Amino acid sequence: MKSTVNEIRAVEAAHLQFDVARWREDFPILKQTVHGKPLIYLDNAATSQKPASVIDCENRYYATLNANVHRGIHSLSQRATDAFEAAREKVRAFINAADTKEIVFTRGTTEAINLVAQSYGRSRFKAGDEILVTEMEHHSNIVPWQLLCEQTGARLRVAPIDDAGVLRMDKLEALVNPRTRLVAIAHVSNALGTVNPVRGIIELAHAVGAPVLVDGAQAAPHLKVDVSALDCDFYTFSGHKLYGPTGIGVLYGKFALLDAMPPYQGGGDMISRVTFEKTSYNALPFKFEAGTPNIAGTIGLAAAIDYVEAIGLDAIAAHENDLLDYATRRADELSGLTLIGTARDKASILSFTLEGIHPHEIGTILDHRGIAIRTGHHCAMPVMDHFGVPATARASFALYNTRNEVDALIEGVREVQALFGQ
Amino acid sequence: MSDLRDLYQEVILDHYRKPRNFRSLADANRKAEGFNPLCGDRLTLYVKLKDGVIADATFEGSGCAISTASASLLTESIKGKTEHEAEMLFQSFRDVVTGSGETPNTDLGKLDVLAGVREFPVRVKCATLAWHTLRAALASQKEPVSTE
Repeated sequence: MKSTVNEIRAVEAAHLQFDVARWREDFPILKQTVHGKPLIYLDNAATSQKPASVIDCENRYYATLNANVHRGIHSLSQRATDAFEAAREKVRAFINAADTKEIVFTRGTTEAINLVAQSYGRSRFKAGDEILVTEMEHHSNIVPWQLLCEQTGARLRVAPIDDAGVLRMDKLEALVNPRTRLVAIAHVSNALGTVNPVRGIIELAHAVGAPVLVDGAQAAPHLKVDVSALDCDFYTFSGHKLYGPTGIGVLYGKFALLDAMPPYQGGGDMISRVTFEKTSYNALPFKFEAGTPNIAGTIGLAAAIDYVEAIGLDAIAAHENDLLDYATRRADELSGLTLIGTARDKASILSFTLEGIHPHEIGTILDHRGIAIRTGHHCAMPVMDHFGVPATARASFALYNTRNEVDALIEGVREVQALFGQ
Repeated sequence: MSDLRDLYQEVILDHYRKPRNFRSLADANRKAEGFNPLCGDRLTLYVKLKDGVIADATFEGSGCAISTASASLLTESIKGKTEHEAEMLFQSFRDVVTGSGETPNTDLGKLDVLAGVREFPVRVKCATLAWHTLRAALASQKEPVSTE
């Protein structure tokens, strides 16, 4: 019986290897060399590479479809508008939102969070109100709230993490109180890989009437997001980490919340009527989309979602989890290596330090082997402070990475240690 | 891999493992802090200036091999120099590690081991952090130096 299971696993693994080899063919950039070595791209948490279908889609837009959206009466403008709004529907279905009116296009996750802070928060919060975040947030889910606190007198509260990089739910629960006006949490930590139990946090917050913003920048490429099942109030993610273009992101917000919020930026497209005496605003979602949007990027994002859905997030997650398990096992073989972030529920991120060796040396030496990783504080300085390190080295995986690439990473780290005489 | 060895020369690794003048200086009359937000390197540089001459220089902090070795070598190379001579040395050093300018007139001495940095543009800031901090110390600058 056991051997049968192993045989099935071996067959599955072989199939997966075959699939990954095929997926790699979709990414033109992976064919290049760096310092004479084949590129091994392990900086996917910063930004992922783009499949040819996304690149071609943006090209095709400019070659055949380029016109401004929503206003033109001519055919080209109509076609561009159709493609743009079809992308909105694609995003709605991708995260299972109830209505396309709840999908606002932004420049990225950062802008989406700032939009909520400045539009939702600034018009409502006052001294004594509390905004709750966690210790593992990216700076983009800390600083917008700090700015808001300065503007309104509200107070930022921080739920701590433990030494495995897991959110202390007991502490978070104690911090949720009737003064809590908003909870902002990462779905997946970019520095640690920890997957947060967002559903439970949302229930806790809703019990005191606080809405929840989920920063999904690291989650959207790795796990199926269902905003209806989560019952989150806001969800944000970026196109460029999801195999899509840079400069396009998404803010999902519940209709009633978005509808009651004042505009974030003023300009064209977000108005219904302008006079010098009074201006009335456009309906959702256009109220929040001032100016000509990133049309090519939006349509490119739809192509990226098509790409991801054709493979399937389940298949992607299975492959990435296998890689992360394998990489974690291989990393454990190395003495002097410490993993930063050892939560049981993790996605795609291997963050580590080497004893006596600064992460930047790791980055420089691996780069000479064609291996791209991230070294630094990963825009999560409070996480670095928690672990008492100035920086970590971070390898992050995407659907096109392989076990061979993990082996190359480990070999590279061995070379770093050898060079430093360890 | 020869170019990696150009960067990580034995002298550099030695100064990284055993930084010289790595302590605070009780009778320092100049002091400044340097910070590289890119990698989190931090150092505090102490200088004892007497009659326009650098009588002593020490540093504390944490950083990568390049920034630590550079700070260590700096403290050794500026002792006994006038403020002006230290400034000239800084300029020559910067020209060498950025690969800009002509061959410097000033003899870099053992600072030359850091010349390999020029092949690694993202690491130039690691090598120059201590020097920018020295400048701030000599100018009695209050704000910490940032490489960004």
